[in-house]
Amino acid sequence: MYGNAYIDPSLAPNKLTQDEDPIKLAEFEARIAAGDKIEPKDWMPTEYRKQLIRMIEQHAHSEIIGSLPEGTWITRAPGFRRKLALIAKVQDEVGHAQLLYSAAETLGKPREEMINDLISGKSKYSNVFNYPAITWADTAVIAWLIDAGAIVNQLANSKGSYGPYVRALDRICAEESFHLKYGHDNVVYLATGTPKQRQMVQEALTRWWPPIMHFFGPSDKISVHTETLMKWKVKMASNDDMRQTFLNMYVPKIWDLGLVLPDPNLKKNTETGLWEYTEPDWEEFKRVINGDGPCNAERLAVRRQAEEKGRWVRQALLSKDSRYVTPLV
Amino acid sequence: MNISEKGFFAIKEMLYKIADDQLILGHRNSEWTGLGPVLEEDIAFSSMAQDKIGHSLAMYEILSQMGESDPDTIAFMRNDDQFHCCHLVEYPIGEYEFSLMRHFFFDMAEAIRFEMLANSTFEPLAMVARKIKGEIKYHTMHAQIWINQLGAATEESNLRMQKALNETFPLALGIFEPGTHEEILAEEGIFEGEKALQDKWLQLVTPILEKAGLQVPSISSITPSYGGRFGSHTPHLQPMLEEMTEVFRIDPSAEW
Repeated sequence: MYGNAYIDPSLAPNKLTQDEDPIKLAEFEARIAAGDKIEPKDWMPTEYRKQLIRMIEQHAHSEIIGSLPEGTWITRAPGFRRKLALIAKVQDEVGHAQLLYSAAETLGKPREEMINDLISGKSKYSNVFNYPAITWADTAVIAWLIDAGAIVNQLANSKGSYGPYVRALDRICAEESFHLKYGHDNVVYLATGTPKQRQMVQEALTRWWPPIMHFFGPSDKISVHTETLMKWKVKMASNDDMRQTFLNMYVPKIWDLGLVLPDPNLKKNTETGLWEYTEPDWEEFKRVINGDGPCNAERLAVRRQAEEKGRWVRQALLSKDSRYVTPLV
Repeated sequence: MNISEKGFFAIKEMLYKIADDQLILGHRNSEWTGLGPVLEEDIAFSSMAQDKIGHSLAMYEILSQMGESDPDTIAFMRNDDQFHCCHLVEYPIGEYEFSLMRHFFFDMAEAIRFEMLANSTFEPLAMVARKIKGEIKYHTMHAQIWINQLGAATEESNLRMQKALNETFPLALGIFEPGTHEEILAEEGIFEGEKALQDKWLQLVTPILEKAGLQVPSISSITPSYGGRFGSHTPHLQPMLEEMTEVFRIDPSAEW
């Protein structure tokens, strides 16, 4: 669940706008309604800035933490084709983090501070990355279906109102669509391969289905705040709408490959056109997001260690004696 | 110029060592993905890893055309004693300064090697070399920027870089371990030889390191880490290969 706006529904109804200058606020809202993009130096409500920093930062963290479960399989990828593709894919994810941290920085929070909030556990990242990638087939399922979920989410957000974020998302979506093709190709090879390969991919899919259903988050509580965030084009689609879009696009493709999804109630209701499914275990979702998942501690420990080991390099770069050289001279 | 039968044999030996170096170092560099000291370095090492592995693939493809197995089989089905890489590339990534110094020494040598090979009488290799040398240019630029930035920036960075230099220098000299067929390669205009390469390399790296505030040991005082070219490796290579081939070996006949 990344890049989603969230606000505590129990806050006072006018909490988002109570301290704002009504004239400036009206002008701001009129610009958004007209389809203008808000740029870093433009006036914006405090809560708009806060929500965006939180969203973009979480999205950046998700990219960087998301590179870890797949990254551990780079060294084991079978054959040149997969090895080269997986390195390129994970490299893209780290590149997305770089783009997104830069976008968030335009709102006033430095990258160093965001990374410190990540490793201290203060900021969140997508819950799915707290689950382990146990076999090679897990990486195939992640690259296909988690990246597909991310595209649904990011395509929605790329229609948002904050210029630097939507421009970063446009580029990210273009790259993610290659990941999706890579992941799909990988799953197809396994699903149509030897019995052992087929078994690997089926087991991985069964393992990853609950985190995939969690991916878009629980149903939104409709509140005044959600309406304001939607009016500001910070929140672009409801969690349930995104989940429906995803199921509609990918469940038929999964079934086409002869794979089985571990939910006997999963079916499309022909009358409503909506997918019906067993409600995911939201208690587990909450537990994992609050730190008690299978890999939370490990993911943050890896990140923390990387930060600590690299500190001398960053300090050296800030030193007055560091010699910057232009590459092409 | 026509290449003799002995020449072909010598070319194969040379291609194996070049390709194995690239594959193993590319693999090691890819281990930085997600772990770099700054995101930009993470991305740079991933990028160079892809180039290196891509270059090794190009070399294995030439070998395949010369009658050896297909690239996946060559890369994923051999044990360490069948590899011809130098010891430098086998070590785990270690601290950033170690990986950086290794990258600097290795890529400076690669840049010169492919410059030399671009004029090789063995045309399939000369063609690939002309393409590869253009890509390595960016690797050597990257290495030089960082050596220069970190060499004398802080007391700690200077100490770390000097220590890494001292550790990697004997390993780097192992790059130039002479092969069995140096003379044939030189006589037939295929490759001038490891000795010539080492001399050019030393002339190039020494002033860069000194300018960055680092001291280069006298080459006469160092014992090069030899043996890799003849299948004798550090204890780091076999476990790395086992990890690399773990999935492939589940079923080598399967398509992955």
